[in-house]
Amino acid sequence: MTVRIVLTIAALTLQEAARRKVLRALAGLTVVLLALSAWGFSRIDAEFGGLTTGEARLAGATVLNLVMFGFSLIAALGTAFLAGPTLAGEVESGTALAMLARPVRRSAVLVGKWLGLVAFGSGFVVLAGFAQFVIVQVTVGYWPPSPVTGLALLAAQTAVLLTLGLLLSTVISPMASGVVAVGLFGATWIAGVVGGIGGSLGNEGVARVGTVSRMVLPTDGLWRGAMHAFQDPTLLTQLGPGFDGFPFLGEAPLTAAYLAWAALWIAVVLALAGLAFRRRDL
Amino acid sequence: MSGTTTGGAVQPGGASLAAAERLLAELPPSPAVWCSGLRKRYGRRTAVDDVSFTVGRGEVLGLLGPNGAGKTSTIKMLLGLVRPDAGEVLLLGRPARDPQSRSRVGYLPELFRYQPWLTAAEVLRLHVRLAGVAVPVGEQRECLALVGLADRAGDRVGGFSKGMQQRLGLAVALVARPEFVVLDEPTSALDPLGRADVRDLVLTLKARGVAVLLNSHLIGEVERVCDRVVILDKGRVAASGSLSELLGRREVRLRLDGVRPEAEARLAATGRLRRTGDWFTVELPDGEEAAAVPDLVAELVGLGVRVHAVEPGRISLEERLLGILRDGVRP
Repeated sequence: MTVRIVLTIAALTLQEAARRKVLRALAGLTVVLLALSAWGFSRIDAEFGGLTTGEARLAGATVLNLVMFGFSLIAALGTAFLAGPTLAGEVESGTALAMLARPVRRSAVLVGKWLGLVAFGSGFVVLAGFAQFVIVQVTVGYWPPSPVTGLALLAAQTAVLLTLGLLLSTVISPMASGVVAVGLFGATWIAGVVGGIGGSLGNEGVARVGTVSRMVLPTDGLWRGAMHAFQDPTLLTQLGPGFDGFPFLGEAPLTAAYLAWAALWIAVVLALAGLAFRRRDL
Repeated sequence: MSGTTTGGAVQPGGASLAAAERLLAELPPSPAVWCSGLRKRYGRRTAVDDVSFTVGRGEVLGLLGPNGAGKTSTIKMLLGLVRPDAGEVLLLGRPARDPQSRSRVGYLPELFRYQPWLTAAEVLRLHVRLAGVAVPVGEQRECLALVGLADRAGDRVGGFSKGMQQRLGLAVALVARPEFVVLDEPTSALDPLGRADVRDLVLTLKARGVAVLLNSHLIGEVERVCDRVVILDKGRVAASGSLSELLGRREVRLRLDGVRPEAEARLAATGRLRRTGDWFTVELPDGEEAAAVPDLVAELVGLGVRVHAVEPGRISLEERLLGILRDGVRP
């Protein structure tokens, strides 16, 4: 019964994304970014003709992380701005009235929305990421060591951000919820960079900034895990200690404990959103 | 206790269970809505204050009152869209806290809006799925045809006019075979023809035994289709009752001259008599209105009274509503 409602709403959310202009805009943006990166990767080889294959792979791996960051940003912006309006906007416009007067639990509707958005965000990340891998393979002959893990972590990062967007949209206006979610995403990334610099300088206090922010909002931690999965395992040793704290290098794979924390974080925030939504007068 | 005695005890137990089930089945069905002591505050403003009423099965109840009287808030509390601060609601016999109580309820909100990226037919399919009722596609199409949208079934809702969206809202309210339908200002965006359609629709529902709660500003509409009326004012029930209870007794107004004392006595014998100039207003006895007027006129003529005019003196619901709202709350 509840499962049917969840799946119905998830399908409806995907249908909305497909029929509205979001998907076309996102597809257009992605194709542009993929084309640009294809051109860029082909130039790495052409401009630095003297590069050995090993050096070209290193350069390719580093730039790949940079481009993947671009995709994670698009996915973050896209889903955060989709998550807010989809719930708060429906409440404001009145679309939610007729639907929630049906024999449905509000939590089921919320979980359905969440599931649809996660499917949408993950689908985008996986498709765009895979296309990017193929481009890098063709241009510089580099294939990431664990592409599936990396893409799964990127999808998880998207899920974290859109869950936050859903929670925010139950308490503030749709546009504001998107802005706040993306703002927090950026702030956590910067805090992660700051923490990395602190770590390389051996300053524990500054390093802790990154650690704490990664716990409060797990987007940056998941992103670093994803980078680690994309980059050549020999990269860190080859680049040496001078590159400690470089924002586009993942220094270590994620621990199981951190992954469990990220999962718990999503569950708790989604439950909070459910509570806030249940109590809300429409 | 041994096994055999237990076995023996089960038989009468089963029989009494069956008897209880029979008894339950024979009981009159629970009302479509029963609500008691509903209360809602928004900040400092009390929107709904101690509202109670019942809508019987197959009954059409009109909800009337000025803007901000708490009509829409009351409706939303019935449907679980707004949490009451106090009070209880039973929908079709189940507590409204249980979402399943709404499985046979149709609702057209005052603020009607449907997914603009879906077609009309898809909106209906979505609501059928959410309602958990198996309604064949043919019946869904019929429902669209009923509200005059048969030829727009495949068009996106985004391209619909306000009036067409409201018609779609009516179809959504009716599609999942409801036993109780809530229509909140169902004709606000409709032209006179559409209003007449809604009136016919409500009467059809009533004929099919579907209960209707109708919130409308159009008093004439309410007067034509409703069995009973609840008048809300400032969040409280100002008056409620059947139309005949609310509108009082019927009266007849006559313009007469040449009224001698015996004629006046004849008039007074019919019912309470009031006189302004040569206009006489007589209250008619209950249930005898049909015969009383011709008899009275015939006898007055026999007594030599010249009868210039005879008019039914029934006050309209509008006059009554305005009277109640101006006089303040009447218990």
